[in-house]
Amino acid sequence: MFGTTLLISLREIRRHLLRSFLTTLGIIIGVAAVITMVTLGRGVTASISEEISSLGSNVFIIFPVTVDQRAPAPFDAADVEAVRNQIAGVTRAAGSVNSSATAFYNGQYWQTGVQGANSDFLTAQSIELVEGRPFTPQEEIAGRNLCLIGPKVREAIFVPGVTPLGEQLRLNSVVCTVIGVLEERGSAGGGGQDPDDVVIMPLKTVQRRFTGSDDIQYFVVKYEAAYDSGLIQASLIDLLRERRLLQPGRDNDFNIIDTAQVNDAVSAATGALTAMVAAIAAISLLVGGIGIMNIMLVSVTERTREIGIRLAIGALAREVQLQFLTEAVVLCCFGGLIGIGFALLLSTGLAGLLDVPFVFDPTINVLSFLFSAVLGILFGYYPARRASKLDPIEALRHE
Amino acid sequence: MSVLPLIELQEITKIFGNGAAAFQALKGIDLTIEAGDFVAVMGPSGSGKSTTMNILGCLDVPTSGVFRFRGVEVQALDRDQRSLLRRRYLGFVFQGFNLLARTTALENVELPLVYRGEKKAVRRAAAMNALDQVGLAPWAGHSPAELSGGQQQRVAIARALVTQPDVLLADEPTGNLDTERSIEIMELLTRLNATGITILMVTHEAEMAAFARTIVHFRDGLVNRIERGVRAAERSIA
Ligand SMILES: Nc1ncnc2c1ncn2[C@@H]1O[C@H](COP(=O)(O)OP(=O)(O)OP(=O)(O)O)[C@@H](O)[C@H]1O
Ligand SMILES: [Mg+2]
Repeated sequence: MFGTTLLISLREIRRHLLRSFLTTLGIIIGVAAVITMVTLGRGVTASISEEISSLGSNVFIIFPVTVDQRAPAPFDAADVEAVRNQIAGVTRAAGSVNSSATAFYNGQYWQTGVQGANSDFLTAQSIELVEGRPFTPQEEIAGRNLCLIGPKVREAIFVPGVTPLGEQLRLNSVVCTVIGVLEERGSAGGGGQDPDDVVIMPLKTVQRRFTGSDDIQYFVVKYEAAYDSGLIQASLIDLLRERRLLQPGRDNDFNIIDTAQVNDAVSAATGALTAMVAAIAAISLLVGGIGIMNIMLVSVTERTREIGIRLAIGALAREVQLQFLTEAVVLCCFGGLIGIGFALLLSTGLAGLLDVPFVFDPTINVLSFLFSAVLGILFGYYPARRASKLDPIEALRHE
Repeated sequence: MSVLPLIELQEITKIFGNGAAAFQALKGIDLTIEAGDFVAVMGPSGSGKSTTMNILGCLDVPTSGVFRFRGVEVQALDRDQRSLLRRRYLGFVFQGFNLLARTTALENVELPLVYRGEKKAVRRAAAMNALDQVGLAPWAGHSPAELSGGQQQRVAIARALVTQPDVLLADEPTGNLDTERSIEIMELLTRLNATGITILMVTHEAEMAAFARTIVHFRDGLVNRIERGVRAAERSIA
């Protein structure tokens, strides 16, 4: 019985192929939009999480900020030292400065960022080398002219396949020896400095040759995972306020970023975006559902005579109802399936375009499909009920 | 000890519409039909023949009166119960054939069995058998549009027969056919009647009514006259 009902539904849909397709368009678009957005959202979150975890976990980043239009005092090596030595749980603290320069090598040149950072900083940020070695403490203290180059710099001015280690690179007027190449970290659409397009030199070298002061622009603090990040953050604030002579009641003139919090904030932001698009998609599904209802009502009117025949030869009202309900559900399920197909194409395409990973999420696909089936039941119910309520004699007389 | 009549109508009335627009189509029909009879219903247009057939076919309910089918008071049943009764005991043939378009003759004939929940193989066999009875087995795969009027009506009869009903109700089964086709249909109905099926048929043509054993004349919403045991056609053939 149900097999026959299904068969009749499929036949009816095939008979009006174009009409059926147009009818389900709302559902197709809704399902495709929901799945695409969720899939892309997952991809963006995944790539940002990856980027943040590349900053290192259990890490704070601390930098001065302007408060009350007063230029904040910069940090210096003593601040970093104090944080490292006076706060329990802190394993590393390392400062950094950024500048920029034109890099020259072998007649080629390339505009790039120059970062002053010691091995400690690289370790705290989990920055690895693919070639060569990091700076030694002696080299850092002496402020030697050594450098680690980012993969983009290597690609831009060095010969492919020939090791750049030991080569002399000129940054503006400063000549340095390449002793290592950084691993590729990638920039997932994030603004600011490209972590791959940089030349890193010992902190002291950059302070002396580029920024011309002992200030450091920001520093990273790594702590043991066993410690509570909130407590460490509170100790950091107390210590830094004291060192910067902030009176009680004055705002902090520095900012502490907790990478874990950034992670949460990013997920929250993408979550909100996903929810918004999902709401829009839900409206499109609703409109799609109304389209289904409309076409089912048309179908009931068109097939009044057929319904009359079925009732007259012994179909029960609920069997006629089931027939039309099945048709609506089958229609919606087709819409759902086509929507999933579109979503697959769209999200792989867009993921490639936006340079985010494609993360297939079976749950949302199954949910969307089930939801379209439910739409079929919801919006197919009234037309089906109407069909089942027809008077057989009237229906048979219908032309 | 009297045998229960198959169909009993007592004081059946039917009023369509209400208020000023109300129209009384049946004004108190009394009629008893025994199992195995072949009844022709005749009468002028608007005299209430179709209305009576629809009530007998459990498609409609009387406004008042008693309709007993095999002793069951049908007017007291609800819509689904009447459908089940129709499914089990009745076959209906309409003037306009009323076959499903875009559906083969075989599938049309199978339809009542679908609603009875029969298995596909059983349906196929029974439908082929019914088509064979009306002489249309070779046309099983054709759609109504590919069949002549007479053939379509025979498919409709096959569809009414396939459930092996007790009663075959036919409202002007030959109304759309020429005399030659009409007589073929009548001969088919006579054959079916001979196998034990009770037949009730509305017709305007005396020539067709002559195939029946009982002729009921309607006039103005009432039974005017009943001729029993006529079988004029049988006599003329003999
Ligand atoms: N649904 C309805 N609503 C209102 N009046 C109706 C309805 N059905 C039938 N009638 C009226 O009831 C009367 C009897 O109709 P019925 O169809 O039974 O006549 P009939 O004897 O079958 O006529 P015909 O030979 O033309 O088919 C007619 O006057 C008709 O107009
Ligand atoms: Mg009539």
